[in-house]
Amino acid sequence: MIYDTLIAPFADFEFMRRALVGSLALALGAPPVGVFLMLRRMSLIGDAMAHAILPGAAIGFLLAGLSLFAMAGGGLIAGLLIAFGAGLIARATLLKEDASLAAFFLISLALGVTIVSVKGSNVDLLHFLFGSVLAIDDPTLMLIVSITSVSLLALALIWRPLVLECVDPGYLRSVSRAGGPAHIAFLALVVLNLVGGFQALGTLLAVGIMMLPAVISRFWARDITTMIGVAIVCAAISGYAGLLVSYHANLPSGPAIILVAGVLYALSVVFGPVGGLLWLALPQRHLEA
Amino acid sequence: MPELLFHNLTLGYERHPAVHHLSGAVEKGALVAVVGPNGAGKSTLFKGIVGFIKPLAGSIERNGLDTHDIAYLPQIADIDRSFPISVYDMVAMGLWRRRGLFGGIGNKDHVAIEAAIAAVGLTGFEQRTIGTLSGGQMQRMLFARLLLQDAKLIVLDEPFTAIDAKTSADLLNLVRRWHSEQPTVLAALHDIDLVKASFPQSLLLAREPVAWGATRDVLTAENLNKARRMCEAFDEHAEACAVEAA
Repeated sequence: MIYDTLIAPFADFEFMRRALVGSLALALGAPPVGVFLMLRRMSLIGDAMAHAILPGAAIGFLLAGLSLFAMAGGGLIAGLLIAFGAGLIARATLLKEDASLAAFFLISLALGVTIVSVKGSNVDLLHFLFGSVLAIDDPTLMLIVSITSVSLLALALIWRPLVLECVDPGYLRSVSRAGGPAHIAFLALVVLNLVGGFQALGTLLAVGIMMLPAVISRFWARDITTMIGVAIVCAAISGYAGLLVSYHANLPSGPAIILVAGVLYALSVVFGPVGGLLWLALPQRHLEA
Repeated sequence: MPELLFHNLTLGYERHPAVHHLSGAVEKGALVAVVGPNGAGKSTLFKGIVGFIKPLAGSIERNGLDTHDIAYLPQIADIDRSFPISVYDMVAMGLWRRRGLFGGIGNKDHVAIEAAIAAVGLTGFEQRTIGTLSGGQMQRMLFARLLLQDAKLIVLDEPFTAIDAKTSADLLNLVRRWHSEQPTVLAALHDIDLVKASFPQSLLLAREPVAWGATRDVLTAENLNKARRMCEAFDEHAEACAVEAA
Protein backbone atom coordinates (compact mmCIF):
# COMPACT_ATOMS: atom_id res chain seq x y z
CA MET A 1 0.00 0.00 0.00
CA ILE A 2 2.68 2.47 1.06
CA TYR A 3 4.86 1.15 -1.74
CA ASP A 4 2.03 1.62 -4.24
CA THR A 5 1.44 5.19 -3.16
CA LEU A 6 4.94 6.48 -2.62
CA ILE A 7 7.33 4.44 -4.76
CA ALA A 8 5.49 2.50 -7.45
CA PRO A 9 4.79 5.48 -9.74
CA PHE A 10 8.53 6.11 -10.00
CA ALA A 11 9.48 2.41 -10.21
CA ASP A 12 6.94 1.70 -12.93
CA PHE A 13 7.26 4.68 -15.25
CA GLU A 14 10.41 6.11 -16.74
CA PHE A 15 8.85 9.53 -17.34
CA MET A 16 8.11 9.78 -13.61
CA ARG A 17 11.73 8.93 -12.77
CA ARG A 18 12.99 11.61 -15.15
CA ALA A 19 10.56 14.09 -13.74
CA LEU A 20 11.77 13.27 -10.23
CA VAL A 21 15.46 13.65 -11.11
CA GLY A 22 14.67 16.91 -12.91
CA SER A 23 12.72 18.28 -9.95
CA LEU A 24 15.41 17.28 -7.46
CA ALA A 25 18.11 18.92 -9.59
CA LEU A 26 16.04 22.10 -9.75
CA ALA A 27 15.52 21.87 -6.00
CA LEU A 28 19.27 21.89 -5.49
CA GLY A 29 20.08 24.84 -7.73
CA ALA A 30 17.25 27.36 -7.60
CA PRO A 31 16.41 27.76 -3.87
CA PRO A 32 19.87 29.09 -2.79
CA VAL A 33 19.53 31.78 -5.45
CA GLY A 34 16.03 32.47 -4.13
CA VAL A 35 17.32 32.90 -0.58
CA PHE A 36 19.70 35.63 -1.75
CA LEU A 37 16.96 37.29 -3.79
CA MET A 38 14.77 37.37 -0.68
CA LEU A 39 17.52 38.70 1.59
CA ARG A 40 18.27 41.47 -0.92
CA ARG A 41 14.56 42.36 -1.00
CA MET A 42 14.42 41.35 -4.63
CA SER A 43 11.79 38.61 -4.21
CA LEU A 44 9.71 39.87 -7.10
CA ILE A 45 12.69 40.40 -9.40
CA GLY A 46 12.67 36.67 -10.14
CA ASP A 47 9.11 36.97 -11.36
CA ALA A 48 9.99 39.87 -13.63
CA MET A 49 13.00 38.01 -15.01
CA ALA A 50 10.86 34.95 -15.71
CA HIS A 51 8.60 37.04 -17.93
CA ALA A 52 11.61 38.56 -19.59
CA ILE A 53 12.81 35.16 -20.76
CA LEU A 54 9.68 34.47 -22.80
CA PRO A 55 10.44 36.38 -26.03
CA GLY A 56 13.91 34.84 -26.26
CA ALA A 57 12.48 31.36 -25.95
CA ALA A 58 9.75 32.29 -28.44
CA ILE A 59 12.28 33.52 -31.00
CA GLY A 60 14.24 30.30 -30.49
CA PHE A 61 11.01 28.40 -31.12
CA LEU A 62 10.32 30.49 -34.19
CA LEU A 63 13.70 29.71 -35.71
CA ALA A 64 14.04 26.07 -34.77
CA GLY A 65 10.67 24.75 -33.63
CA LEU A 66 10.37 22.89 -30.34
CA SER A 67 14.15 22.57 -30.07
CA LEU A 68 15.49 22.51 -26.54
CA PHE A 69 18.73 24.35 -27.16
CA ALA A 70 17.26 27.02 -29.40
CA MET A 71 14.61 27.82 -26.80
CA ALA A 72 16.92 27.62 -23.79
CA GLY A 73 19.60 29.63 -25.59
CA GLY A 74 17.09 32.24 -26.68
CA GLY A 75 15.69 32.48 -23.17
CA LEU A 76 19.15 32.83 -21.70
CA ILE A 77 20.16 35.58 -24.12
CA ALA A 78 16.92 37.50 -23.60
CA GLY A 79 17.13 37.19 -19.82
CA LEU A 80 20.75 38.35 -19.67
CA LEU A 81 20.12 41.23 -22.09
CA ILE A 82 17.24 42.46 -19.97
CA ALA A 83 19.07 42.03 -16.65
CA PHE A 84 22.06 44.03 -17.87
CA GLY A 85 19.99 46.51 -19.87
CA ALA A 86 17.83 47.31 -16.87
CA GLY A 87 20.94 47.53 -14.67
CA LEU A 88 22.66 49.92 -17.10
CA ILE A 89 19.64 52.19 -17.41
CA ALA A 90 19.24 52.24 -13.63
CA ARG A 91 22.85 53.39 -13.26
CA ALA A 92 22.78 55.89 -16.11
CA THR A 93 19.42 57.59 -15.40
CA LEU A 94 17.42 58.46 -12.32
CA LEU A 95 15.25 55.32 -12.59
CA LYS A 96 15.73 52.78 -9.80
CA GLU A 97 16.63 49.26 -10.83
CA ASP A 98 13.18 47.79 -10.06
CA ALA A 99 11.41 50.46 -12.10
CA SER A 100 13.61 50.01 -15.15
CA LEU A 101 13.29 46.23 -14.84
CA ALA A 102 9.51 46.56 -14.70
CA ALA A 103 9.54 48.53 -17.96
CA PHE A 104 11.82 46.01 -19.63
CA PHE A 105 9.99 42.86 -18.61
CA LEU A 106 6.54 44.18 -19.56
CA ILE A 107 7.75 45.08 -23.05
CA SER A 108 9.48 41.74 -23.23
CA LEU A 109 6.40 39.80 -22.12
CA ALA A 110 4.16 41.52 -24.68
CA LEU A 111 6.72 40.78 -27.38
CA GLY A 112 6.94 37.14 -26.33
CA VAL A 113 3.19 36.53 -26.30
CA THR A 114 2.88 38.25 -29.69
CA ILE A 115 5.54 36.07 -31.26
CA VAL A 116 4.08 32.87 -29.86
CA SER A 117 0.50 33.67 -30.88
CA VAL A 118 1.40 34.75 -34.40
CA LYS A 119 3.53 31.74 -35.10
CA GLY A 120 2.44 28.96 -32.77
CA SER A 121 -0.74 27.37 -31.49
CA ASN A 122 -2.43 27.70 -28.12
CA VAL A 123 -0.88 24.40 -27.08
CA ASP A 124 2.59 25.86 -27.61
CA LEU A 125 1.67 28.90 -25.56
CA LEU A 126 0.49 26.69 -22.71
CA HIS A 127 3.74 24.75 -22.89
CA PHE A 128 5.69 28.01 -22.60
CA LEU A 129 3.68 29.30 -19.72
CA PHE A 130 3.34 26.12 -17.71
CA GLY A 131 6.03 23.72 -18.98
CA SER A 132 5.73 19.98 -18.79
CA VAL A 133 7.80 18.25 -16.16
CA LEU A 134 6.48 14.87 -17.34
CA ALA A 135 7.87 15.39 -20.83
CA ILE A 136 11.49 15.88 -19.77
CA ASP A 137 13.82 13.99 -22.13
CA ASP A 138 17.50 13.19 -21.71
CA PRO A 139 18.91 16.41 -23.21
CA THR A 140 16.56 18.50 -21.06
CA LEU A 141 17.65 16.55 -18.00
CA MET A 142 21.30 17.15 -18.87
CA LEU A 143 20.60 20.85 -19.30
CA ILE A 144 18.89 21.12 -15.92
CA VAL A 145 21.61 19.17 -14.14
CA SER A 146 24.37 21.24 -15.80
CA ILE A 147 22.65 24.46 -14.83
CA THR A 148 22.38 23.27 -11.24
CA SER A 149 26.08 22.36 -11.13
CA VAL A 150 27.18 25.67 -12.64
CA SER A 151 24.86 27.54 -10.32
CA LEU A 152 26.13 25.89 -7.14
CA LEU A 153 29.78 26.34 -8.17
CA ALA A 154 29.29 29.98 -9.09
CA LEU A 155 27.44 30.67 -5.88
CA ALA A 156 30.34 29.22 -3.89
CA LEU A 157 32.74 31.49 -5.78
CA ILE A 158 30.81 34.72 -5.22
CA TRP A 159 29.53 33.80 -1.73
CA ARG A 160 31.53 36.31 0.30
CA PRO A 161 30.95 39.44 -1.78
CA LEU A 162 27.30 38.45 -2.20
CA VAL A 163 26.72 38.13 1.55
CA LEU A 164 28.69 41.27 2.31
CA GLU A 165 26.88 43.29 -0.32
CA CYS A 166 23.60 42.37 1.36
CA VAL A 167 24.72 43.19 4.93
CA ASP A 168 27.16 46.04 4.55
CA PRO A 169 27.65 47.31 0.98
CA GLY A 170 29.65 50.33 2.18
CA TYR A 171 32.24 48.10 3.82
CA LEU A 172 32.47 45.85 0.76
CA ARG A 173 33.11 48.92 -1.37
CA SER A 174 35.93 49.98 0.96
CA VAL A 175 37.76 46.63 0.89
CA SER A 176 37.12 45.21 -2.56
CA ARG A 177 35.93 45.89 -6.06
CA ALA A 178 34.21 42.52 -6.29
CA GLY A 179 30.73 43.88 -5.46
CA GLY A 180 29.73 44.92 -8.99
CA PRO A 181 30.94 41.79 -10.79
CA ALA A 182 29.38 39.60 -8.07
CA HIS A 183 26.03 41.35 -8.55
CA ILE A 184 26.14 40.79 -12.30
CA ALA A 185 27.14 37.14 -11.85
CA PHE A 186 24.26 36.74 -9.42
CA LEU A 187 21.72 38.16 -11.89
CA ALA A 188 23.10 35.76 -14.49
CA LEU A 189 22.49 32.91 -12.04
CA VAL A 190 18.89 34.01 -11.59
CA VAL A 191 18.36 33.91 -15.34
CA LEU A 192 20.18 30.59 -15.69
CA ASN A 193 18.06 28.87 -13.04
CA LEU A 194 14.86 30.25 -14.52
CA VAL A 195 15.84 28.88 -17.94
CA GLY A 196 16.44 25.50 -16.28
CA GLY A 197 13.14 25.72 -14.45
CA PHE A 198 11.03 26.79 -17.36
CA GLN A 199 11.65 23.56 -19.27
CA ALA A 200 9.96 21.73 -16.45
CA LEU A 201 7.63 24.22 -14.84
CA GLY A 202 7.06 26.85 -17.51
CA THR A 203 8.03 30.53 -17.41
CA LEU A 204 5.31 31.41 -14.91
CA LEU A 205 5.98 28.74 -12.31
CA ALA A 206 9.78 28.44 -12.59
CA VAL A 207 10.00 31.28 -10.08
CA GLY A 208 7.93 29.22 -7.65
CA ILE A 209 10.60 26.61 -7.03
CA MET A 210 13.08 29.45 -6.53
CA MET A 211 11.15 31.78 -4.22
CA LEU A 212 8.66 29.70 -2.21
CA PRO A 213 11.29 27.46 -0.53
CA ALA A 214 13.38 30.57 0.16
CA VAL A 215 10.48 32.35 1.83
CA ILE A 216 9.64 29.19 3.82
CA SER A 217 13.23 28.93 5.10
CA ARG A 218 12.95 32.34 6.79
CA PHE A 219 10.50 30.78 9.27
CA TRP A 220 12.84 27.92 10.21
CA ALA A 221 16.36 29.29 10.44
CA ARG A 222 18.25 32.28 11.81
CA ASP A 223 21.47 32.05 9.81
CA ILE A 224 21.91 32.02 6.08
CA THR A 225 23.60 28.61 5.73
CA THR A 226 20.79 26.81 7.55
CA MET A 227 18.23 28.83 5.56
CA ILE A 228 19.70 27.57 2.30
CA GLY A 229 19.65 23.99 3.63
CA VAL A 230 16.01 24.29 4.69
CA ALA A 231 15.08 25.83 1.33
CA ILE A 232 16.70 22.98 -0.63
CA VAL A 233 14.98 20.32 1.49
CA CYS A 234 11.62 22.08 1.10
CA ALA A 235 12.04 22.31 -2.66
CA ALA A 236 12.97 18.61 -2.86
CA ILE A 237 9.94 17.60 -0.77
CA SER A 238 7.71 19.78 -2.96
CA GLY A 239 9.10 18.15 -6.12
CA TYR A 240 8.61 14.62 -4.86
CA ALA A 241 5.22 15.14 -3.22
CA GLY A 242 4.00 17.31 -6.08
CA LEU A 243 4.75 14.59 -8.63
CA LEU A 244 2.92 12.01 -6.49
CA VAL A 245 -0.11 14.25 -6.09
CA SER A 246 -0.20 14.95 -9.80
CA TYR A 247 0.10 11.21 -10.58
CA HIS A 248 -2.60 10.01 -8.18
CA ALA A 249 -5.06 12.88 -8.59
CA ASN A 250 -4.39 13.33 -12.28
CA LEU A 251 -3.43 17.00 -11.90
CA PRO A 252 -0.96 18.98 -14.02
CA SER A 253 2.45 18.30 -12.48
CA GLY A 254 4.09 21.76 -12.51
CA PRO A 255 1.30 23.50 -10.61
CA ALA A 256 1.04 20.48 -8.26
CA ILE A 257 4.71 20.89 -7.27
CA ILE A 258 4.30 24.58 -6.58
CA LEU A 259 1.04 23.99 -4.70
CA VAL A 260 2.77 21.52 -2.37
CA ALA A 261 5.36 24.24 -1.73
CA GLY A 262 2.41 26.55 -1.08
CA VAL A 263 1.06 24.17 1.57
CA LEU A 264 4.52 24.03 3.19
CA TYR A 265 4.54 27.82 3.16
CA ALA A 266 1.15 28.02 4.90
CA LEU A 267 2.30 25.52 7.55
CA SER A 268 5.52 27.49 8.08
CA VAL A 269 3.71 30.79 8.52
CA VAL A 270 1.71 29.21 11.33
CA PHE A 271 4.15 26.77 12.93
CA GLY A 272 7.61 28.09 11.95
CA PRO A 273 9.77 28.49 15.06
CA VAL A 274 11.29 31.78 13.85
CA GLY A 275 8.44 34.26 14.01
CA GLY A 276 5.59 31.84 13.16
CA LEU A 277 2.09 33.05 14.05
CA LEU A 278 1.48 30.27 16.58
CA TRP A 279 4.51 31.23 18.68
CA LEU A 280 3.52 34.86 18.59
CA ALA A 281 0.02 33.98 19.77
CA LEU A 282 1.14 31.65 22.58
CA PRO A 283 1.51 33.53 25.85
CA GLN A 284 5.07 32.86 27.01
CA ARG A 285 6.57 34.20 30.22
CA HIS A 286 9.58 36.41 29.58
CA LEU A 287 12.96 35.17 30.73
CA GLU A 288 14.91 36.36 33.73
CA ALA A 289 17.85 37.72 31.73
CA MET B 1 57.11 61.22 4.48
CA PRO B 2 53.55 62.26 5.33
CA GLU B 3 50.86 59.60 4.88
CA LEU B 4 48.27 61.97 3.44
CA LEU B 5 48.81 65.23 1.57
CA PHE B 6 46.00 67.59 0.62
CA HIS B 7 46.85 69.94 -2.24
CA ASN B 8 44.39 72.85 -2.31
CA LEU B 9 41.64 70.23 -2.06
CA THR B 10 38.01 71.08 -2.80
CA LEU B 11 35.37 68.39 -2.34
CA GLY B 12 31.63 68.77 -2.78
CA TYR B 13 28.41 67.91 -4.48
CA GLU B 14 27.08 69.25 -7.80
CA ARG B 15 29.89 71.82 -8.00
CA HIS B 16 29.06 73.26 -4.53
CA PRO B 17 32.09 72.94 -2.25
CA ALA B 18 31.64 71.17 1.10
CA VAL B 19 35.36 71.24 1.83
CA HIS B 20 36.96 74.35 0.35
CA HIS B 21 40.67 74.83 -0.43
CA LEU B 22 42.18 72.50 2.15
CA SER B 23 45.95 72.13 2.12
CA GLY B 24 48.13 70.28 4.57
CA ALA B 25 49.68 66.99 5.57
CA VAL B 26 48.89 64.14 7.94
CA GLU B 27 52.08 62.55 9.25
CA LYS B 28 52.45 58.81 9.48
CA GLY B 29 51.24 57.60 12.87
CA ALA B 30 49.44 60.85 13.69
CA LEU B 31 46.27 60.90 15.80
CA VAL B 32 44.16 63.71 14.38
CA ALA B 33 40.73 64.87 15.48
CA VAL B 34 38.59 66.57 12.84
CA VAL B 35 36.32 69.05 14.61
CA GLY B 36 33.62 71.35 13.29
CA PRO B 37 29.90 72.10 13.36
CA ASN B 38 27.36 69.95 11.47
CA GLY B 39 27.71 70.59 7.77
CA ALA B 40 31.36 71.60 8.15
CA GLY B 41 32.49 68.97 5.64
CA LYS B 42 33.97 66.36 8.01
CA SER B 43 32.17 63.39 6.45
CA THR B 44 32.80 64.76 2.96
CA LEU B 45 36.51 65.01 3.68
CA PHE B 46 36.52 61.39 4.87
CA LYS B 47 34.65 60.16 1.81
CA GLY B 48 37.24 61.94 -0.29
CA ILE B 49 40.12 60.31 1.62
CA VAL B 50 38.58 56.86 1.22
CA GLY B 51 38.01 57.56 -2.49
CA PHE B 52 34.18 57.34 -2.53
CA ILE B 53 33.95 60.83 -4.09
CA LYS B 54 36.32 62.57 -6.49
CA PRO B 55 37.74 66.05 -5.76
CA LEU B 56 36.06 69.00 -7.53
CA ALA B 57 39.52 70.59 -7.59
CA GLY B 58 42.95 69.99 -6.11
CA SER B 59 44.07 66.53 -5.08
CA ILE B 60 44.72 64.05 -2.30
CA GLU B 61 48.05 62.27 -2.25
CA ARG B 62 47.94 58.91 -0.48
CA ASN B 63 51.58 57.93 -0.11
CA GLY B 64 51.90 54.20 -0.55
CA LEU B 65 48.32 53.59 0.55
CA ASP B 66 46.15 51.21 -1.40
CA THR B 67 42.37 51.46 -0.95
CA HIS B 68 42.40 48.39 1.25
CA ASP B 69 45.07 49.88 3.51
CA ILE B 70 42.41 52.33 4.66
CA ALA B 71 39.78 51.27 7.19
CA TYR B 72 36.70 53.47 7.19
CA LEU B 73 33.90 53.57 9.73
CA PRO B 74 31.11 55.71 8.28
CA GLN B 75 28.88 57.91 10.42
CA ILE B 76 25.75 56.01 9.40
CA ALA B 77 26.85 52.49 8.52
CA ASP B 78 24.70 51.19 5.71
CA ILE B 79 24.06 47.88 7.49
CA ASP B 80 21.01 45.68 6.93
CA ARG B 81 20.38 44.63 10.51
CA SER B 82 17.73 42.09 9.54
CA PHE B 83 20.31 40.06 7.61
CA PRO B 84 20.85 36.65 9.24
CA ILE B 85 24.56 36.84 10.03
CA SER B 86 26.32 36.24 13.35
CA VAL B 87 28.56 38.70 15.18
CA TYR B 88 31.43 36.25 14.67
CA ASP B 89 31.05 36.14 10.88
CA MET B 90 30.61 39.89 10.66
CA VAL B 91 33.82 40.50 12.62
CA ALA B 92 35.61 37.86 10.51
CA MET B 93 34.94 40.01 7.43
CA GLY B 94 37.68 42.28 8.83
CA LEU B 95 40.14 39.68 7.50
CA TRP B 96 39.09 40.45 3.91
CA ARG B 97 42.33 42.19 3.05
CA ARG B 98 44.37 39.13 4.04
CA ARG B 99 41.99 36.35 3.02
CA GLY B 100 40.22 37.93 0.04
CA LEU B 101 37.40 36.25 -1.82
CA PHE B 102 38.36 32.62 -1.36
CA GLY B 103 41.09 32.34 1.27
CA GLY B 104 40.31 29.89 4.06
CA ILE B 105 40.09 31.03 7.68
CA GLY B 106 42.64 29.02 9.67
CA ASN B 107 43.22 28.38 13.36
CA LYS B 108 45.38 31.50 13.68
CA ASP B 109 42.57 33.57 12.18
CA HIS B 110 40.03 32.12 14.60
CA VAL B 111 42.29 33.12 17.47
CA ALA B 112 42.59 36.63 16.03
CA ILE B 113 38.81 36.92 15.61
CA GLU B 114 38.20 35.77 19.20
CA ALA B 115 40.82 38.24 20.42
CA ALA B 116 39.23 41.13 18.53
CA ILE B 117 35.80 40.26 19.92
CA ALA B 118 37.27 40.07 23.43
CA ALA B 119 39.09 43.39 22.98
CA VAL B 120 35.81 45.23 22.40
CA GLY B 121 34.10 43.38 25.25
CA LEU B 122 31.68 41.31 23.17
CA THR B 123 32.77 37.86 24.36
CA GLY B 124 29.65 35.73 24.66
CA PHE B 125 27.94 37.51 21.76
CA GLU B 126 29.70 35.53 19.00
CA GLN B 127 26.69 33.54 17.83
CA ARG B 128 24.10 36.31 18.27
CA THR B 129 22.67 37.64 15.01
CA ILE B 130 23.47 41.30 14.39
CA GLY B 131 19.79 42.26 14.60
CA THR B 132 19.80 41.54 18.35
CA LEU B 133 22.57 44.05 19.16
CA SER B 134 22.04 47.44 20.76
CA GLY B 135 23.51 50.57 19.17
CA GLY B 136 26.56 50.51 21.44
CA GLN B 137 27.14 46.78 20.91
CA MET B 138 26.90 47.32 17.16
CA GLN B 139 29.60 49.98 17.35
CA ARG B 140 31.76 47.64 19.46
CA MET B 141 31.34 44.94 16.81
CA LEU B 142 32.37 47.33 14.02
CA PHE B 143 35.44 48.29 16.05
CA ALA B 144 36.33 44.60 16.38
CA ARG B 145 36.17 44.34 12.59
CA LEU B 146 38.37 47.43 12.28
CA LEU B 147 40.92 45.79 14.63
CA LEU B 148 41.20 42.81 12.28
CA GLN B 149 41.60 44.99 9.20
CA ASP B 150 45.13 45.83 10.24
CA ALA B 151 44.90 49.06 8.26
CA LYS B 152 47.62 51.68 7.88
CA LEU B 153 45.11 54.52 7.99
CA ILE B 154 41.94 54.42 10.09
CA VAL B 155 39.17 56.91 9.41
CA LEU B 156 36.39 57.15 12.03
CA ASP B 157 33.38 59.34 11.27
CA GLU B 158 31.77 60.40 14.57
CA PRO B 159 32.44 57.02 16.18
CA PHE B 160 31.11 58.06 19.60
CA THR B 161 27.86 59.76 18.60
CA ALA B 162 24.84 58.24 20.37
CA ILE B 163 27.18 55.96 22.37
CA ASP B 164 27.20 56.00 26.18
CA ALA B 165 30.18 57.12 28.27
CA LYS B 166 31.35 53.60 29.19
CA THR B 167 31.34 52.36 25.59
CA SER B 168 33.03 55.52 24.27
CA ALA B 169 35.71 55.22 26.95
CA ASP B 170 36.34 51.56 26.02
CA LEU B 171 36.48 52.32 22.31
CA LEU B 172 38.66 55.38 22.88
CA ASN B 173 41.13 53.13 24.68
CA LEU B 174 41.28 50.98 21.56
CA VAL B 175 41.99 54.09 19.48
CA ARG B 176 44.81 55.04 21.87
CA ARG B 177 46.19 51.51 21.60
CA TRP B 178 46.18 51.81 17.80
CA HIS B 179 48.04 55.06 18.14
CA SER B 180 50.84 53.35 20.01
CA GLU B 181 50.97 50.66 17.31
CA GLN B 182 51.41 53.36 14.66
CA PRO B 183 48.57 53.35 12.21
CA THR B 184 47.44 56.85 11.34
CA VAL B 185 44.04 57.70 12.83
CA LEU B 186 41.63 60.44 11.73
CA ALA B 187 38.43 60.84 13.73
CA ALA B 188 35.55 63.28 13.41
CA LEU B 189 34.40 64.27 16.89
CA HIS B 190 32.08 66.73 18.61
CA ASP B 191 33.24 66.31 22.20
CA ILE B 192 35.80 69.13 22.59
CA ASP B 193 36.92 67.97 26.06
CA LEU B 194 37.54 64.46 24.77
CA VAL B 195 39.59 65.83 21.88
CA LYS B 196 41.66 68.02 24.21
CA ALA B 197 42.31 65.06 26.49
CA SER B 198 43.20 62.40 23.91
CA PHE B 199 44.07 63.85 20.51
CA PRO B 200 47.44 65.59 20.09
CA GLN B 201 46.46 67.18 16.77
CA SER B 202 43.24 68.70 15.45
CA LEU B 203 41.83 70.09 12.26
CA LEU B 204 39.04 72.60 12.80
CA LEU B 205 36.86 72.63 9.73
CA ALA B 206 33.95 74.87 8.75
CA ARG B 207 33.91 74.16 5.03
CA GLU B 208 37.09 76.25 4.90
CA PRO B 209 39.86 75.00 7.18
CA VAL B 210 39.84 77.30 10.24
CA ALA B 211 42.94 75.97 11.99
CA TRP B 212 45.12 72.88 11.89
CA GLY B 213 47.91 71.84 14.23
CA ALA B 214 48.48 71.08 17.90
CA THR B 215 45.10 70.66 19.57
CA ARG B 216 45.66 73.33 22.26
CA ASP B 217 46.44 75.94 19.57
CA VAL B 218 43.54 74.91 17.34
CA LEU B 219 40.65 74.55 19.77
CA THR B 220 40.74 78.08 21.22
CA ALA B 221 37.50 79.88 22.05
CA GLU B 222 38.21 82.36 19.28
CA ASN B 223 38.66 79.66 16.61
CA LEU B 224 35.57 77.73 17.74
CA ASN B 225 33.45 80.89 17.52
CA LYS B 226 34.79 81.59 14.06
CA ALA B 227 33.89 78.06 12.95
CA ARG B 228 30.38 78.41 14.37
CA ARG B 229 29.70 81.63 12.42
CA MET B 230 30.49 80.15 8.99
CA CYS B 231 27.30 79.58 7.06
CA GLU B 232 26.04 76.10 6.25
CA ALA B 233 23.64 76.54 3.33
CA PHE B 234 24.79 76.33 -0.27
CA ASP B 235 24.15 79.45 -2.30
CA GLU B 236 22.18 78.23 -5.33
CA HIS B 237 23.37 81.20 -7.38
CA ALA B 238 27.00 81.16 -6.34
CA GLU B 239 29.50 82.32 -8.92
CA ALA B 240 32.36 80.07 -9.96
CA CYS B 241 35.13 80.21 -7.34
CA ALA B 242 37.81 82.74 -8.26
CA VAL B 243 40.64 81.21 -6.21
CA GLU B 244 43.22 79.87 -8.58
CA ALA B 245 43.53 76.09 -8.56
CA ALA B 246 47.03 74.90 -7.68
